[in-house]
Amino acid sequence: MTRVTNPNAAPAATARPRSPGPGARSLASTFGGYAVLVFFALVFLYPFVIQIANSFKTEPDATANPLSPLPDPITLAGYERVFLGTGMPLWLGNSLVVTLVVTAGRIFLDSMAGYALARLRFRGRRALFSAVIAVMAVPGVVLFIPKFLVLNQLGLYDSYTALILPVLVDAAGVFIMKQFFESIPVSVEEAARIDGAGVFRTFWSVVLPMARPALITLTIISFQGTWNEFPHTLVAVQSPDLFTLPRGLADLVSGSLGEGTRYPLKLGAAVLATIPVAIIFVIFQRYFVRGANEGAEKG
Amino acid sequence: MADTTMRASRRRFTAATGESVAGWLFVAPVVTILGLFLLLPILMALWVSLTDWNGQGSPFRAGVPYVGLGNYTRLFTEDSLARQDFMTSIRNNFYYVVIVVPAQTVLALGLALIVNNRLLRGRTFFRTAFFFPSVTSSVAMSVVFLFIFSTSGAATRLLQLFGVDGPQWFADPRGVLHLLLGRAGLVDPEAPPVALTGGGWLGLSWWEWLSGPSVAMTTIIMLVIWTTSGTFMLMFLAALQDIPVALEEASMIDGAGWWQRLRHVTLPVLKPALFLVLTLGLIATWQVFDQVYVMSQGNPAKTTLTPAYLSYQTAFRDFEYGTGTAISFVLFLIIVILTLAQRRVMRERRPARTGRT
Repeated sequence: MTRVTNPNAAPAATARPRSPGPGARSLASTFGGYAVLVFFALVFLYPFVIQIANSFKTEPDATANPLSPLPDPITLAGYERVFLGTGMPLWLGNSLVVTLVVTAGRIFLDSMAGYALARLRFRGRRALFSAVIAVMAVPGVVLFIPKFLVLNQLGLYDSYTALILPVLVDAAGVFIMKQFFESIPVSVEEAARIDGAGVFRTFWSVVLPMARPALITLTIISFQGTWNEFPHTLVAVQSPDLFTLPRGLADLVSGSLGEGTRYPLKLGAAVLATIPVAIIFVIFQRYFVRGANEGAEKG
Repeated sequence: MADTTMRASRRRFTAATGESVAGWLFVAPVVTILGLFLLLPILMALWVSLTDWNGQGSPFRAGVPYVGLGNYTRLFTEDSLARQDFMTSIRNNFYYVVIVVPAQTVLALGLALIVNNRLLRGRTFFRTAFFFPSVTSSVAMSVVFLFIFSTSGAATRLLQLFGVDGPQWFADPRGVLHLLLGRAGLVDPEAPPVALTGGGWLGLSWWEWLSGPSVAMTTIIMLVIWTTSGTFMLMFLAALQDIPVALEEASMIDGAGWWQRLRHVTLPVLKPALFLVLTLGLIATWQVFDQVYVMSQGNPAKTTLTPAYLSYQTAFRDFEYGTGTAISFVLFLIIVILTLAQRRVMRERRPARTGRT
């Protein structure tokens, strides 16, 4: 351990934290670090273990051993009742349709608008971009009643259109796409233009394929956001035939009477709501990370 | 030479008009949908907040009672149930914000600092584990937490392992601050001093203002901290990765200890991220809705009522759309004011810091 002692350093202040010696210190801090990490990993993951394990338990078992990760006996009764006794098949179908349509819409429309804002010169472009930024700042909960008013006024309330149309585009997606298009060199488009491609053609067959990373990010966050969307479905539709999975799940929970009842069923439904996003998360993790940080940059 | 530039400029001209049309065509769908479902609704809601529309027919036909600012004044000045509920919801949400925002920020920062360690094995795994709750459905996770905190649930069992008798989480309206004051022997929660119950402000007694979050609310608080810390951890991580390795090594060679490095190297770099996390946290916490809807619906004894949920309930359950929209506009104002205030505070502090480093 050779260490250059700095004669100018105030001895009392600097000597104290160093005293255990760097080797011992880093070992201790590494061990401490892992202990903290493992503890938090348990805190962050065990609820999912509880969720999955208890969805395979019988009701008495779930009540008696809620903490146990091992169902005893293992039963599919909870899932059976979710599929046969609730609107689950319908909710799954609705969620799938809404999520796919909204995601496709956002990819197409957001990237078109993002491209125009990044590259096409037209009057009012700056004002429009400021408006998009402003729109992102509007807190969602403030829009519950307003959205209902418009849907009602347009005669769209309680329809698939009401579930889809208001969320078909999103300002954050436009922002992400605009940022990305600005990073693509202009020369690529100029070459396409000189070859005689129109604006849409240039966008569709030249620029859009180059935007793959941004498009994947947009797809992922839009899928995740729409699949999990709850308040919008609350003010857009009313009839159980149009419930999406989160809405159906919320209805299942608040509708049942008494505490501690039918938990395997409810948790099974919750597992089904989590699975698609979990799969996509595991596969496309880095795009989620990028999405989180891109969403941050706008602030 | 001149000929080519002229041709080029002409082409640029026609291209420009073409671009203008194309530009508008490209943004038209986004503009239409955002205008129709964002801008127009806000204007319509402003009108509704000035009326007593009950949801029957159109709010824009003649005959809908116009009350001016009545809905707003009722929330603040008139001694009414509407004001009491509104103030209760503000109090609940205030305590929720005061706990959730610092807790999630500190937790996220701590996790980021640990996970950022280059020597750590399994960093990706831990990062993934902490982030995963953030991407899952708020409704699904609310269901899971309902189970965990149910009477015979996992949380109660866990406490029993340590010999602690857990409360009836979702049925317990007692304020945590009340309980703490009682535990400290300062006041008796069952019979609070008249000085606190007698006076009051905006329809609630001082005692009620001083309740702290209820036991039921703390379950929602735990859920939200658990859900959001992962996202904010990523934001801190992104900022931490901007610190040049050379800078860290230089400070280590200079003999800076862990704390000194944190204080003089890491934290200044994290300043913008910290500001961002605090702002996003403030904006999000004042909007808490999904968890309240699924887990408690404002119960017990209105101690989990929040302005967002109250505005929903007032409009869609009680059919008082005017009051409901007025509440949401007040909420909007709270969020805007807090964001602006925070922006100002951080801006004033920033030059001083950068001057020192």
